[in-house]
Amino acid sequence: MSVAETGAQAHHKEFQDREFGFWLYLMTDAIIFSLLFATYVVMSPNIASGPDTKSFFDLTHTAGETLLLLFSSVTFGFATLAAMAGHNSRTVLWLLVTIVLGLGFVAMELTEFIGMIDAGAGPDVSGSLSAFFTLVGTHGLHVSLGMVGICVMIGQILTKGLTTPVMSRLMRLGLFWHFLDIVWIGIFSVVYLPGIL
Amino acid sequence: MLGNLSMDSLPFYSWVAMSGAGVTVIGGLVVFVLVTYLGAWRYLWTEWLTSVDHKRIGIMYIVMALIMLVRGFVDAIMMRAQQAFALNSEGYLPPEHFEQIFSSHGTIMVFFMAMPFLTGLINIVVPQQIGARDVAFPFLNSVSMWLTAAGAALILVSLVIGKFSQAGWTGYPPYSGILHSPGVGVDYWLWALAISGVGTTMTGINFIVTILKNRAPGMGLMRMPMFTWTTLCTSILMAFSFPALTVVAVLLGLDRYAGMHFFTNGDGGNMMNFANLLWIWGHPEVYILILPAFGVYSEVVATFSRKRIFGYESLVYATACIALLSFTVWLHHFFTMGSSANVNAFFGIATMIIAVPTGVKIFDWLLTMYRGSIVFHPSMYWTMGFMVTFVIGGMTGVLLALPPADYLMHNSTFLVAHFHNMLIPGALFGYFAGMNYWFPKAFGFKLNETWGNRAFWLWIIGFYLAFMPLYVLGFMGMSRRMEHYNVAEWQPFLQVAALGAVLILFGIICIIIQLVVSVRDRKLAVDSTGDPWNGRTLEWATSSPPASYNFAIIPDVRDVDAFAEMKSRGVAAVVPQIYEDIHMPKNTGMGVFLGGGGFVLGFAMVWHIWWLAAVSLIGVVVLLIIRSSNDDNEFTIPASEVEAIEKQRQYTPFTTTADTDKIAAGTQAGQTVPGSV
Repeated sequence: MSVAETGAQAHHKEFQDREFGFWLYLMTDAIIFSLLFATYVVMSPNIASGPDTKSFFDLTHTAGETLLLLFSSVTFGFATLAAMAGHNSRTVLWLLVTIVLGLGFVAMELTEFIGMIDAGAGPDVSGSLSAFFTLVGTHGLHVSLGMVGICVMIGQILTKGLTTPVMSRLMRLGLFWHFLDIVWIGIFSVVYLPGIL
Repeated sequence: MLGNLSMDSLPFYSWVAMSGAGVTVIGGLVVFVLVTYLGAWRYLWTEWLTSVDHKRIGIMYIVMALIMLVRGFVDAIMMRAQQAFALNSEGYLPPEHFEQIFSSHGTIMVFFMAMPFLTGLINIVVPQQIGARDVAFPFLNSVSMWLTAAGAALILVSLVIGKFSQAGWTGYPPYSGILHSPGVGVDYWLWALAISGVGTTMTGINFIVTILKNRAPGMGLMRMPMFTWTTLCTSILMAFSFPALTVVAVLLGLDRYAGMHFFTNGDGGNMMNFANLLWIWGHPEVYILILPAFGVYSEVVATFSRKRIFGYESLVYATACIALLSFTVWLHHFFTMGSSANVNAFFGIATMIIAVPTGVKIFDWLLTMYRGSIVFHPSMYWTMGFMVTFVIGGMTGVLLALPPADYLMHNSTFLVAHFHNMLIPGALFGYFAGMNYWFPKAFGFKLNETWGNRAFWLWIIGFYLAFMPLYVLGFMGMSRRMEHYNVAEWQPFLQVAALGAVLILFGIICIIIQLVVSVRDRKLAVDSTGDPWNGRTLEWATSSPPASYNFAIIPDVRDVDAFAEMKSRGVAAVVPQIYEDIHMPKNTGMGVFLGGGGFVLGFAMVWHIWWLAAVSLIGVVVLLIIRSSNDDNEFTIPASEVEAIEKQRQYTPFTTTADTDKIAAGTQAGQTVPGSV
């Protein structure tokens, strides 16, 4: 085994460690979300003198959000495949599509939030609404941060190319993005569906 | 421009507050002048503040812990003094000041004394114990340290600018809500917790990966030293409980800043949810504090009994059990909240069950000492003092675990006595034992034993005097946190407790003298071999202080007591023939800047200086982006330089003949020796 080979192995291990660490981070984030879910479930009946949160839900709107986010996960998957095949420009292209879909999702979410606040159902009205805005908003904030991350990755791919460190970061960002998808499915099932059924 | 900040924020309203602020400011100035006088800024910056070396980060953590210990203790002795005099009188502290003091005492001791102390010990020791050259994420380690420092700095600043929280260290709403605590105090508390909590979560992740991925070849999980095992369990607890603290801090923050109704009295708030969320973090936190100390005791008791640790496997399983069970008992902190009898019974039983693995540990330590040749080193004194005292606290804990009994003693001084009885011997004594034990490893010379023993005796006698009366007072019906009282029978007990605090003060002074004397006489206590105590685990295989890369050659592990086994095999003192290039992480100021950004963000949010908060938040994000785009963060120490460094060191002369005999006898007797798979 040559010195160069051991060096490459050490680097490989370094990125494996980072990916393992990132999985652990995602688990800590999952705990944050699970506590926000639990808080929402406990507090959703507490509408006090405010309006019923559920009366503001619109299944078509939420279905649109869901489609945008799920498709953004698919397009991120395409970006990952392109990166593994070593196509710089195609990777960037799929990441751009992902950002557009992500922006669409955040825009729809903000529309919903603004509509609710205008209708007198802001987060400061009741415990139920506080829990709703915080849970859904925390997810939206994560999606927004994920988009900042995608921008950084596009910049790195354009300037550095698909080097090992860049690939490793892209993989970890991909984990983050797909994780948010899973959380959204939780939000859809726990927050929106019971509200409509 | 400056938000709510004005001249009224300065503590000119009371002499006590002003002298506290004065000591803080003068202390900061003295350090500043001293460093400038010594011309040490460049050295401090390049060698320490920007260091990503786990040993230096560990030392900085412990320096922080000792400073905050003094600060937290001043709070404690002020409370004891107040209660000793405040029979039918106001004492010398107005109520709103007394409330700030008990809030900051708890906050400081848990978050900014105990947490940095244990994290510091873990940082110095664990990578060496597992035969690694560094932690998995050295830069992240530096960020964690600076975020903790940012939180500690916020607490210190609250003494000078504005006031601290009056809502106790647990900050229960609705009192900590904006309606009842409109000032900046609770915000200081919130931001200090939130910022340092993020750092702790990352420390947890860092050490889980370090321990699971970076062990030397041959070190299976069941060959890890006990301190590494307790660190692994503690790291898991950190990573999985601190998110709950983040959540509860954010939700209370949203109540306070955005007028939400998570924990308010009306509008659909649910303040019981706060107690739940807080203690979902808070109970595992107790074990985060105690498990590393258990690890220290396990190392110390084996080394200074000159024996293999008794019942290694049972200690491992007990540790893991405690870690797991710590997530199942949080409700015992609020039995009186009114859950159903069945819910209380479940959590009461779960709580009592934790006493079982803890008892196993006590027996293992006792049996390690049994027929050992005990060396009465200060760290052994701390260990024995712990064993005797901790058992008392454990018994009162089992008493409190009975919901009906808890209804009587809840919020009384009996509770205060109980948890101090767990945390002072259970955690702090362990940290002191660790400090005495590993000091030569970190600095290359031993601590003075005479002053170490004096510190121990003053601390333990002071502890008994300070807290046993509080058990009695609890039975006599005294509530915790009383600023004054009118029951004459309580006063003698409170005066004894105050006397105990004075003895502990002398104990702290002895520790300071111990450090000063040891530094002065360091030439007489040099540890030239790297193995001053005839140690058993791998951290003693490095030089004292270790080279930046710890191990020139990664050792081959064949036993739980890897280094003792190497010594008995005669390979511990063998000088390697061939050296290799070593890759190490570069130092970076980014950790300092990120911690600084966190501090400014917290301060700006406390005082509602929105523009500054936005600037610092954007600054932090930009720094993270810059750092995440950096691929050039390692450098290489060439083999020739490694060789030059290693040539200077003297390899350990100890051999463990007596010890080898014992192991052989055990094996011949047909007993399996744990770890020798």
